[in-house]
Amino acid sequence: MTMLTDTPVVAAPLYEGADWDYDKLRRVYDAIEQVAVKDLGLNTYANQIEVITSEQMLDAYSSIGMPLLYKHWSFGKHFARDEVLYRKGLRGLAYEIVINSNPCISYIMEENTMTMQALVTAHAAFGHNHFFKNNYLFQQWTDADGILDYLEFAKGYVAKCEERYGHARVERVLDAAHALMNHGVHRYPRRRSDLRNEERREQERRSHEETTFNDLWRTVPTKPGGPSLFTDRDRRRALLELPEENILYFLEKKAPRLQGWQRELLRVVRHLSQYFYPQRQTKVMNEGCATWCHYNILRRMHERGMITEGAWLEVLHSHTNVIFQPEFDDPRYGGLNPYALGFAMMEDIERIATNPTEEDRYWFPDFAGSGDSVTVLRDAWANFRDESFILQYMSPALIRKFKLFHVQDDAREPEMEIKAIHNERGYRSIRQSLARQYDVAWIEADIQIVDVDLTGDRKLMLEHRVTNQILLEDEDARAVLQHLSDLWGYEVVMEEIDAASGARLKKHTVGPRMILGA
Amino acid sequence: MFTIIDRRLNPKGKSLANRQRFLRRAKEQVMRAVRDTSGRRRIQDIDGGGDIVISPDGIKEPTFHRSSSGGLRDIVVPGNKEFVPGDRIPRPPSGGGGRGSEGAEDGGGEDEFRFVLSREEFIDLFLEDLELPDLAKRKLAKSESLAWHRAGYSVSGSPANLNLVRTMRNSLSRRIALKRPKPDEMLRLREEIEELEKSGRDAARLAELREELGLLLRRSQRIPYIDPVDVRYNRFESTPRPVAQAVMFCLMDVSGSMTEHMKDLAKRFYMLLYLFLTRRYKHVDVVFIRHTHRAQEVDEETFFYSAETGGTVVSTALEEMMRVVKERYSPDEWNIYAAQASDGDNALSDNSRTLALLSDMILPVCQYYAYIEVGQDGMAPPITFSSSMRESDLWRTYKTLQGEGVPLAMKRVTHRREIYPVFRELFARDGAAQEVGA
Repeated sequence: MTMLTDTPVVAAPLYEGADWDYDKLRRVYDAIEQVAVKDLGLNTYANQIEVITSEQMLDAYSSIGMPLLYKHWSFGKHFARDEVLYRKGLRGLAYEIVINSNPCISYIMEENTMTMQALVTAHAAFGHNHFFKNNYLFQQWTDADGILDYLEFAKGYVAKCEERYGHARVERVLDAAHALMNHGVHRYPRRRSDLRNEERREQERRSHEETTFNDLWRTVPTKPGGPSLFTDRDRRRALLELPEENILYFLEKKAPRLQGWQRELLRVVRHLSQYFYPQRQTKVMNEGCATWCHYNILRRMHERGMITEGAWLEVLHSHTNVIFQPEFDDPRYGGLNPYALGFAMMEDIERIATNPTEEDRYWFPDFAGSGDSVTVLRDAWANFRDESFILQYMSPALIRKFKLFHVQDDAREPEMEIKAIHNERGYRSIRQSLARQYDVAWIEADIQIVDVDLTGDRKLMLEHRVTNQILLEDEDARAVLQHLSDLWGYEVVMEEIDAASGARLKKHTVGPRMILGA
Repeated sequence: MFTIIDRRLNPKGKSLANRQRFLRRAKEQVMRAVRDTSGRRRIQDIDGGGDIVISPDGIKEPTFHRSSSGGLRDIVVPGNKEFVPGDRIPRPPSGGGGRGSEGAEDGGGEDEFRFVLSREEFIDLFLEDLELPDLAKRKLAKSESLAWHRAGYSVSGSPANLNLVRTMRNSLSRRIALKRPKPDEMLRLREEIEELEKSGRDAARLAELREELGLLLRRSQRIPYIDPVDVRYNRFESTPRPVAQAVMFCLMDVSGSMTEHMKDLAKRFYMLLYLFLTRRYKHVDVVFIRHTHRAQEVDEETFFYSAETGGTVVSTALEEMMRVVKERYSPDEWNIYAAQASDGDNALSDNSRTLALLSDMILPVCQYYAYIEVGQDGMAPPITFSSSMRESDLWRTYKTLQGEGVPLAMKRVTHRREIYPVFRELFARDGAAQEVGA
């Protein structure tokens, strides 16, 4: 791979003015591709760029950005809210939406200027696309080839169910499944799902169910007085493959009263959740990567005279808007901006690779001064997620630049305490706590199904392992447990247990309100 | 490798199905909000869409998540200016990683959910399940007028209906098809011939051109510029159309005994009636008649907001209404609706006159006459009304008229929340009436 090839300076810019047409789009795309592949060595899925109107963009929002999705009221709810915000000018529309599929679909809006189209193309069609194709999480967890077919199948399947079993019954299952969506993920890869064959497998499952029945719930005759098959806790747990943190998976496989189509609906939601799981873990990196790519691609094009001064100013204007990071005491502050943090880290890596200080050499001996920043970056994009990326690459220089500090809020103390600031002693601790802030395993409550009372009333038992004494939000937890209990068909108990001491802190018990499987 | 696809012509509104599901889901709250909103509008303004704010009950999407209060939290924040390790700082007032235990407890911490209903959605929800009473159809079927509307083209018709554009289009295509020579083509030939004649050279060429011109001339005569087969006329068809206009009379007692509260109740009822009528009729006039011991026709502002004193003589209002009907709203052309709101007081001597006016003059011309007796808020609930409460003079008087096939409805209301049910009861579709009433 050649780095920083010197392509000759182009005399005339590729386009002038704000208007775009297909011819310009093609020319600019080709130029961007040149830079992306030759200079940056990006490796992407084939691109499919779709021009849509702002109204269609709003539509796309309402189905989590997917081009086709089954129908559900919650998507309508989000749409209703987004529409109000947009119409009142409280929120602008995203410039682009990009879908992790092969070919990679990027939406661009017809209202954009030519420069915005170029920016979006560089950002989505190359930056995000490269990240989707090369990051290990996406490789492990998502099936870009199959997703669109699968969504098509899921949409049709849900529609068929609605026709057959009525809107209300389908909605109840989907409501419950959505409530548990975040707990419908396998965190550790068993095998990569092959979405393309899901439709076939659904039919196989059905025919299999027709020929067999669930042995698990059969009353097994035992010797009188002898121990039942299910009384032994360990044995029972092994049979049910417990503990299980993928609640939707467990219900799909083991809930006694659900019907086939209801299990399949759980499966649809679970696949969707699994598909988005890598995105939740790579916000900073994914946006950082895309932002770094669009900035560098367009910068090079500007240096070579391929875009005009005016266009470059427009790029800079949008770019700085995107990476704006207000400080904590600014009324606009709403947490760390993933674009800002991601982009700053990528730039910082570039700086360390090409122009390191003594400090950098000490902190990053592997690549400080290596000179080849793009290789370092590509390696980082491929092999890390937000948490590990920050833990590995956050430099003291950047901590100083953002003036990061670490606050500890202990509910037992009257005031919050500053634990670390951007100084020699604070760097490591800040880096560690910041990384933890992006660790999905740390952000999300650790909830597992631990046991089922098989000989008794089939009570399902869950545990929440409480960290730092932070309990679940009570009202919502009860609502979700209600959904869970409806799916399970029997009582559900969840205990909140302190992870450190093992002390039992709280217990929720919920009985089914309506049994979905009945 | 890449493709660009133009999706702009794809159908928009892909989210419509989801929106309908959402509205269905949030129906109860939306209905309540719609009715609250309508109370704040003017009668004729109610016919529109608008912002709706609903509480998030029933449209929540719960997930397991950690409580925002209690425990030990570590937060990394940008923008340190003066802090050093070990500093202690007060918690921010709410959110922001601090604890916001207060907000959530009383439910006030929940966000309101705000969105926009289209006009259609608004009205549909507002008027769900309502129907004009059967008797309206009697009138509709009788009074019809003919309406003409375009129905394509025909080859025959009166000259006034000649469609020039279509005719010329046919003519042009015929001329092109039959190769009728164009005027400038012939003009060019003529000029050339003239030139040759003047110079006198090239006789052969001249003869050739003359022959060609002759041919063209003959052809242009054989193929006319406009031929009878080109001619097209606009065709019209007539369809019988029911008279689609209605007038609504709002009659209200404004004497001293009518409180603001009672007027507000009346206004709400008029509003509903207006809205309801506009759904069924293309054009609805509203006439406001207020009365004390004398009656007068006024505008909406005066009707609701100006104070009057004097006794109560209901018959004056009925006379005024008949006067207006005679002058402007002939029952042959208009569907007449009337809604009378009163606290039930009437001069004792007037009752027989009122009765006679209503039964002999008003009811025969009305599609529907609704009498709403409004009471003071906080009076005995409507259930006891029917049995033990003393009936008002007017109520007793009107009651004698009620019977099969008489387009008269009577209801009592004392509280805002009863208006809609009462309205529903009056206009509910068959069968739906009973469950809602009382």
